[in-house]
Amino acid sequence: MILVYLSTSQGKIKKSSLEVLSHSRVLASKAGLPLAAAVVDSDPARYTDEIASYGPAQIFTVADPLFAAHLNQPLIQALTQILSTAKPSVFACASTEATKDVLGALAASLGAAAIPDVSGFELISGGVRATRPVMAAKILAQTEAKADLVLISVRSGSYDATTAPSSPSVVPVSFQPGDIRIILKEILSSAGSQVDLNEAQVVVAAGRGIKDDEAKKLIDELASVTGAAIGASRAVVETGMFPATAQIGQTGKVVSPTLYFAIGISGAIQHVAGMLNSKVIVAINKDADAPIFQYATYGLVGDLYKILPPLIAELKTAYGR
Amino acid sequence: MNILVCIKQVPDVSAPIAIRNGQLSMDTDRMVLNAYDASGVEEGLVLTEAHGGQVDVILVGPDKAKETIRKALAMGAEKGVHIHVEDTDGFDSDSYATILAAYIKTTSYDAIFTGKQSQDTDSGLAGAMIAHKAALPYAANAVGITSDGASLLVKRQGDTGQEMLSLGLPCLVTCSNDMNNPRIPSLKGIMASKKKTVDTLTLSDLGLDTASLKGKTSVTGYTNVPARAPGKKFEADPAELASQLVMLLQNEAKVI
Repeated sequence: MILVYLSTSQGKIKKSSLEVLSHSRVLASKAGLPLAAAVVDSDPARYTDEIASYGPAQIFTVADPLFAAHLNQPLIQALTQILSTAKPSVFACASTEATKDVLGALAASLGAAAIPDVSGFELISGGVRATRPVMAAKILAQTEAKADLVLISVRSGSYDATTAPSSPSVVPVSFQPGDIRIILKEILSSAGSQVDLNEAQVVVAAGRGIKDDEAKKLIDELASVTGAAIGASRAVVETGMFPATAQIGQTGKVVSPTLYFAIGISGAIQHVAGMLNSKVIVAINKDADAPIFQYATYGLVGDLYKILPPLIAELKTAYGR
Repeated sequence: MNILVCIKQVPDVSAPIAIRNGQLSMDTDRMVLNAYDASGVEEGLVLTEAHGGQVDVILVGPDKAKETIRKALAMGAEKGVHIHVEDTDGFDSDSYATILAAYIKTTSYDAIFTGKQSQDTDSGLAGAMIAHKAALPYAANAVGITSDGASLLVKRQGDTGQEMLSLGLPCLVTCSNDMNNPRIPSLKGIMASKKKTVDTLTLSDLGLDTASLKGKTSVTGYTNVPARAPGKKFEADPAELASQLVMLLQNEAKVI
C-alpha cells in the first residue's frame, strides 16, 4: 500500500498534499498496490468528499482537538498509530515545516528509511528511488531506499494535482495521547500577505532593492493586482522589513508558482534554490549583471521605482481590475 | 546550563561544483563548519553567558574534520568530542544519529543543539532522529531560544507563523541560521582553542561498528539540474518595459 498523509491548514487540504496523492495514485495503479490517504485533524470528516475525488481506496483518520495546531510529539504518536494500522510499504507526504519537524523521529521510531524533500519519486523492487536537490540545489542526487517501510516527503509543485473520483471507506484510528513533554504556548502569526506562499499561483518576492516604504508599497500593490503571495529574500527578512514566514530559499520556503516576480533580488544561490521550479520568472533589477537574470524568463534591467508604477497600471488592465 | 552542540564538517557549497565520473567534484577542497551548526554553537554560547555552564561540541568524521572542531572551540566552546570514523561510506542520517545518540546517552547535558539541516544534503533528519533515539523532547527549526533555567522557551518557524514551545530539560533543539549571526573567532579565541581538550573516541568505544551502521538509503548517482530555457533580457524606457512584459506574459507565456 502507498499511504499519503494529507496536511491540512485552516480547514483546507494543502494543494501540495493533493499533488503527492495524485502522483501516488499513478504509481500505485502501475504497481498494482492499493492507495490510501491519512488525515490528522480536529475534524477530519470535513475533508472526506474532497479526498474522494483524488481516488484513494481508504482514508485513515485521527480526530482530536489537539490537532487544531501543529505539535511534533502528538503528531508522531498519531502517525505511528495510523502506520501500524495501515501497514503501508510507502508513506508519502508533502514537504512542509510540519512534516519536516516529524519525519526523522517517525523514521527512527518505526525503523523506516526516509528520503526527505524530493522533487520526484518512483517505486523500485523493494523500495523507492527518488531525486532530491543537494548542494544548495545546484545538483540532483538520485537516492534509493530499500526497506519494508520508506517515508518520502515531496517538494510542492513537483507534480500536478489531478482528480480520479473513488468511493473510499473511512477508517477511524483511535488516538491516545502518550506522555507529552512539549507544550505549545502560543502561535505568533505573521501579519504578512493573505495568500499562502506555498500554495500561491503567483509570488511577488522582494529583495535588497526594496529599501523603503515607497518600494514596499509598490510590492504590496503588485501583489494585490496579481493576487500574489508576498515572498522575500533573506536580506530583507533580516532587516525586519518582511516577516520570517515570507523568506524564500534554501533555509526558507520552497515555492513553485506559475509566475514569480523577483523584484530587486540579486539572485544568490541560496535564494534561487527556493524558486527555481517556478514556471515563469520575471526579474527586475538595475544591475544588468545580477545573477537572477540567468534564471529569468523575462529580465527587465532598470530602476524598480520607475518600472513598477507603469507595470502595475498595465497589469490592472490585463487582469481587468 | 551545559549544552552539547552536534556539528558537521561540510564542503563549501558556494564553490563551483561539477559532476565528474559520477562523483561530485568541487573547485576547492575547502571544508567548513555547517552554517546551521554554527548558529547552534552561537546560541549555546549566548545562553551559557547568561546562565552559566559551558558549551561542548561533538563531531563524527575523519581526521580532517578536527579543524572544524577547532573552529567551534575558537568561537568559545569549551571541549570537543571527536568520534573518529575515517570512512563514512554507506552512512546516512540514521547512521550519524545512532552514533551521536549512543554518546549522548552516556552524558548528562541539559540541552543538545544541532543545526536544522546540513548545507550539503539539506536532509534535516538527524536532529529528530537523535532526539528519538536518546528519548528527548525536541523542537525543530528554532529561530530563538531563551531559558528560565528549568526549561527552554523555543520560537520555531512553522508553516503559518512562529510557534512558541516550552520544553523541559533535558531536550534537543535544531537551530536555524535565522536565529543569530555566529561570531567570528577572535585571535585570542583561536590561540585559546589550541589548548582546549578534544577527546577522541572510536565507534567501538560506543559499542558500535561500521557494518551495523550502514544506512537504509544510498545515493546512487548525481545529475545536473536541467537548465531553464534561456530567457530574454530587456533594457528600455520604464513604460516601454512595462507594456512589453505584460504583452509577453499574456501572449507568449500565457500566464495572465
